[in-house]
Amino acid sequence: PSIHPFSSAYPGPGRGGSSLSKDAQTSLSPDTSSSSSGGIFSSLRHDDLKEMLDSNKDSLKLEAMKRIVAMIARGKNASDLFPAVVKNVACKNIEVCNEYSFILCFLFYLLHFIIYFEQQDLALLSISTFQRGLKDPNQLIRASALRVLSSIRVTIIVPIMMLAIKEAASDMSPYVRKTAAHAIPKLYSLDPEQKDQLIEVIEKLLADKTTLVAGSVVMAFEEVCLERIDLIHKNYRKLCNLLIDVEEWGQVVIINMLTRYARTQFLNPNINKTFYGSDEDEDEDEEEKEKKAEVAAMAKRKPYVMDPDHRLLLRNTKPLLQSRNAAVVMAVAQLYFHLAPKAEVGVIAKALVRLLRSHSEVQYVVLQNVATMTIKRRGMFEPYLKSFYIRSTDPTQIKVLKLEVLTNLANETNISTILREFQTYIKSMDKDFVAQAIGRCATNIGEVRDTCLNGLVQLLSNRDELVVAESVVVIKKLLQMQPEKHSDIIKHMAKLTDNIQVPMARASILWLIGEYCEHVPKIAPDVLRKMAKSFTNEEDIVKLQIINLAAKLYLTNSKQTKLLTQYVLNLAKYDQNYDIRDRARFIRQLIVPTEKSGALSKYAKKLFLALKPAPVLESTFKDRDHFQLGSLSHLLNAKAGGYQELPDWPEAAPDPSVRNVEVKESVRAVGTVTYRDTGAPWALQGPQKLEGSSCPRSDSASGSEGSSSSEGSGSGSRSEETEEGSESEEKEEDKEEKDKKKKKKEFKKPVQESERWQTLLFVKLVNNALPPPSPQTIAPSSALKTYELLHRITGEGLSVEYCFSRQPFSPDANMVAVQMEFTNNTTSDTKNLHMEEVKLQSGMRVKEFPEIELLPAGETATAVMGIDFCDSTQAANFQLCTNTRKFFVSIQPPVGELMRPVFLTENEFKKEQGQLMGMNEITEKLTLGVKCRNEHAIVQRVTAAANLSRVPCGSDKECRFAGRTVTSGSLVLVTVATRDEGAAQLMVNCEKMVIGTMLVKDILLALTQ
Amino acid sequence: MIHSLFLVNASGDIFLEKHWKSVVSRSVCDYFFEAQERATEPENVPPVISTPHHYLISVLRHRIYFVAVIQSEVPPLFVIEFLHRVVDTFQDYFGVCTEAAIKDNVVVVYELLEEMLDNGFPLATESNILKELIKPPTILRTMVNTITGSTNVGEQLPTGQLSVVPWRRTGVKYTNNEAYFDVVEEIDAIIDKSGSTITAEIQGVIDACVKLTGMPDLTLSFMNPRLLDDVSFHPCVRFKRWEAERILSFIPPDGNFRLLSYHVSSQNLVAIPVYVKHNITFREGSSQGRFDLTLGPKQTMGKAVESVLVSSQLPRGVLNASLNPSQGTYTFDPVTKLLTWDVGKINPQKLPSLKGTMSLQAGASKPDENPTINIQFKIQQMAISGLKVNRLDMYGEKYKPFKGIKYMTKAGKFQVRT
Repeated sequence: PSIHPFSSAYPGPGRGGSSLSKDAQTSLSPDTSSSSSGGIFSSLRHDDLKEMLDSNKDSLKLEAMKRIVAMIARGKNASDLFPAVVKNVACKNIEVCNEYSFILCFLFYLLHFIIYFEQQDLALLSISTFQRGLKDPNQLIRASALRVLSSIRVTIIVPIMMLAIKEAASDMSPYVRKTAAHAIPKLYSLDPEQKDQLIEVIEKLLADKTTLVAGSVVMAFEEVCLERIDLIHKNYRKLCNLLIDVEEWGQVVIINMLTRYARTQFLNPNINKTFYGSDEDEDEDEEEKEKKAEVAAMAKRKPYVMDPDHRLLLRNTKPLLQSRNAAVVMAVAQLYFHLAPKAEVGVIAKALVRLLRSHSEVQYVVLQNVATMTIKRRGMFEPYLKSFYIRSTDPTQIKVLKLEVLTNLANETNISTILREFQTYIKSMDKDFVAQAIGRCATNIGEVRDTCLNGLVQLLSNRDELVVAESVVVIKKLLQMQPEKHSDIIKHMAKLTDNIQVPMARASILWLIGEYCEHVPKIAPDVLRKMAKSFTNEEDIVKLQIINLAAKLYLTNSKQTKLLTQYVLNLAKYDQNYDIRDRARFIRQLIVPTEKSGALSKYAKKLFLALKPAPVLESTFKDRDHFQLGSLSHLLNAKAGGYQELPDWPEAAPDPSVRNVEVKESVRAVGTVTYRDTGAPWALQGPQKLEGSSCPRSDSASGSEGSSSSEGSGSGSRSEETEEGSESEEKEEDKEEKDKKKKKKEFKKPVQESERWQTLLFVKLVNNALPPPSPQTIAPSSALKTYELLHRITGEGLSVEYCFSRQPFSPDANMVAVQMEFTNNTTSDTKNLHMEEVKLQSGMRVKEFPEIELLPAGETATAVMGIDFCDSTQAANFQLCTNTRKFFVSIQPPVGELMRPVFLTENEFKKEQGQLMGMNEITEKLTLGVKCRNEHAIVQRVTAAANLSRVPCGSDKECRFAGRTVTSGSLVLVTVATRDEGAAQLMVNCEKMVIGTMLVKDILLALTQ
Repeated sequence: MIHSLFLVNASGDIFLEKHWKSVVSRSVCDYFFEAQERATEPENVPPVISTPHHYLISVLRHRIYFVAVIQSEVPPLFVIEFLHRVVDTFQDYFGVCTEAAIKDNVVVVYELLEEMLDNGFPLATESNILKELIKPPTILRTMVNTITGSTNVGEQLPTGQLSVVPWRRTGVKYTNNEAYFDVVEEIDAIIDKSGSTITAEIQGVIDACVKLTGMPDLTLSFMNPRLLDDVSFHPCVRFKRWEAERILSFIPPDGNFRLLSYHVSSQNLVAIPVYVKHNITFREGSSQGRFDLTLGPKQTMGKAVESVLVSSQLPRGVLNASLNPSQGTYTFDPVTKLLTWDVGKINPQKLPSLKGTMSLQAGASKPDENPTINIQFKIQQMAISGLKVNRLDMYGEKYKPFKGIKYMTKAGKFQVRT
């Protein structure tokens, strides 16, 4: 017996430990669960647990909880402890106990009671605890509290739950928001009348930018309001872009949902191809073809162009084919199968074949889906034929499926290999399925029919009766296609009736002989004779076929078989089975002429010996693809509960503009996109927000990316920022820049290649996600950097960021426009946001932004203010006030923002430059950074550092820029002349020497990094 | 999604059940037991079973069936993959995933299941995160707790779920910083009677054991990345970097994890490291059969073939076998007809062979099937595909880690038809 682990920790020897018998103590020790599982749980024991729960020590409480859980696990009833648990644990602040394990135990315990005993009312006792838990500073506790609360199924708490979910949906922690999404279906199933309110929450959560939430909220969407497809429109692009970083389970749900969404919103990408006649469509039925032709005719008038959103979906899901999670791979595969143009579907084959290496259950599901796919798109899997070869160790259901796939893949070129392979299977176990497969190959491919038939006939001499029977059935079907040639096979089979006992096979042979009795005129009557002898001992289906055979022979060869037929019919007349009696009576009336016989008997021969159409041996997987692949319904080939039909493509695409979102939104989405892919762990810390509506498109994206990385990583990220900025613009102009790009590639290191690649992709995403550029976005500006004005923590939940929008400030042309974005991260509203006590250097002026009266919780607002910096980089200090608090903030402009671009011709530039010589000219030699040795990068970096516009220039070794300072309007001229090996010269001409010097410094920094 | 989970052992007893939404009666498993009875082998139970009101999706691991009860449409792979993840987690926590281990740790099991699924939808399945929430049981901890009478109360609540890198916990510290990578390749092959290769492919994985302080950012590059054209990654690998440069760049999870798995398909030429000479014949009319098997190495690049194990399912008609191995030991189970021969290491100078006779049932006709021979082996210090790691670099942390890489080739499903 082990020592009681807690005897020393007991509150007093007289209260707990000593009152227990020794046996009870032993059974209490934690690791003897298996040995003590048969032990008696006396009430004494429960007292002990209650005492532990009553104690002041958390450790004892936890231990008690653990034991209760263990008791439940062993199926013991622990319900009488419920009040004690609720009283002692729930009423205490759960947050006091710091171990998560404790919370989980408690959670489990409560859920257990809620689920098992429906002790809902008791559960209500604990509600106040959870309500307190919902406000806990620790996110895990908030989440757990919500989980339990939402599991209590009592209608009176619906309002409380609703409130809790709403609050949690705007929680700071994404984990809590995720839990809120999980709670939505729970509440919905408890009270469907809350649907409208829940949809609001779903809508809110759908707009959430974090990857943690996305999967769960789509799950909730699917369960609550599947029909509200309009909710998806606005979030479509964001979901596509986030997809790669969502956790695996969420990915599956989102991909499946997007598949259906795309089916309703985009046009069928395969229309045109059908029109031109695709060879792969051989299996499609007429009706479908007609329909397609119709649509195609329509499409002919308007050539098909794939919606960029459709493309976005395909492109963003493709990398997930390399997920380690089979469910994700399958989800992408089905998406491609249902949505991609035919030419692109092929990519999924490799990934699916890879899954065949996985656990046998995974193989089973994948093979089912491959089987369906191979019927429609055989070419796709042909290169992987050998991956479907059967191993002797495969479970039976896998073998069957592999055979199915191999059969579907068979064509003229590979049939000989496949048949050889089938031959080896016949020699090993589970061979009965092989005959069927061979038969199917034979029907599908005319050339090999004889070979197959020979193979099958060989099987007839197999020792295993099942194999023989299966072959007979298959041969019967094959012979029906061309009976004349094969009378010797029929003869051979007639001989088999002596040995073969499987009823189905006997029936098949008899049917064959009857049907083709003219080909075997001598044997047929003899077979009937034998059968008549054994008639009474045959199975029902055999008896029916004997009657059939008799009737047919009677009609063709009545001389020899008349008596036999009558004998058989007499036997049948007294059979036990009424079907057989009926059949006998019917046939007698039909074939034996009597004076009373009706008009039908004249046609008896026609009736019985009519030419019968050959059966079609087809795959059971044919037409299964009307179920969404990868779904349970597809696997079962029956509609499972809750299955959503895969909609048909629309004939005309619905308005694509519904997916357009304000620039701001999508920029943010892009910002969060790829912490995995950009490799920046900081990207999750929240993207820098931008007022994008006033920025040119690509720039805004690179700006957000760049600034977020510079915020988070500190050193070493600046270069990346400018680099990416340059790359992105390059993409914009890549037609003209192509040659230079080539040149540039040569001296780039691979590292940069990758970054470039990322950025290109990035820009593509952005281009897709953004509406076309508005005309006012003129060229020269580049990446906008955001700066922090007020941090979320110092601002007590209010955070403010600003950027220099580089737009003219309309109220006063001498002012620099500063765009500010306010975000309220708290749970309460902020009111009366305005500025006060502006402290400025002399000469400086400020145009305040209009007061923001209300900033609701979780919302953001933007405002523009103007500052006249008087052409100096002095900071503007002021107070930012809300109705309750004041914050001191200051805005200091980089020198580059103190100017605005002017347009000069080359000649004007030279003229102006000539007047600003001497003291006004600053020249600096520099070595260009490795990443910016082409003209384009230089332009990009200079315009990023200063608000200047480019001046046309005849020489390609020089870049020129011009601008005027905002306040005084003094000219600023910049020239960068490049030499060999990255050497360059920077020249700044400016009346204001201070500005000139500072500008040189900034540009130097930008160019050398 | 997932409504309930039942754990069923080989003898058909439900030894653990867990429900998420409401209680589903145990009787639902009767449909499963029916299927189990119908199946001749344990692995032949269909993974998806439809019952009038529910669907049962099951996986078989370590001779335990994990049966999930589903009520409505859900992608079957979703459930299957999740169940496998559960098993992996149990294995990770308890070392083994057996009925006894699960019963002994029933509280932890429930905690894990509670955390892994919320209302039937997966919540946290990443092992690193789970370990932070729920401490795995260790002998030391049990002892310490027994002596001091405490549990782990007082430890801070974990914040892993919010980590910027969801698969790595923050504040990792080691005194010895080390990163080990194992490149393990398995050859799947079917060799036909005449010794020619019908199909051969290589399945490789790179398993890593990374114990590094802080937030290291690793890059792993290969000498010949072209080999890897069909790969799947741990979520930590930056996919785009791979696409562009064929370099694995990642912030690793803490501890053991599978970095990537890859597939070198049958299109590429695959070297087969062993050959088999066999002569297994049954003569008509006689109750004897000949059995003659010789193994030899080929294309092993000078490395030794070790831990060779040959197994073969002999035809049902075989009563017994009396064989004579030149090395190692063999066993024949007359009930299951399974012949296994533990060969050990192949010595190229003296090839191992197994010769002798098989006795057949008297009077029975000769079996018309030939047994398939399954071979297992290991070759150390070689990746048969020729994959080589070029270098491993670490960024983001100052210290110098100890790095190591190991190669190994194994037989996967390696079958020789006779």
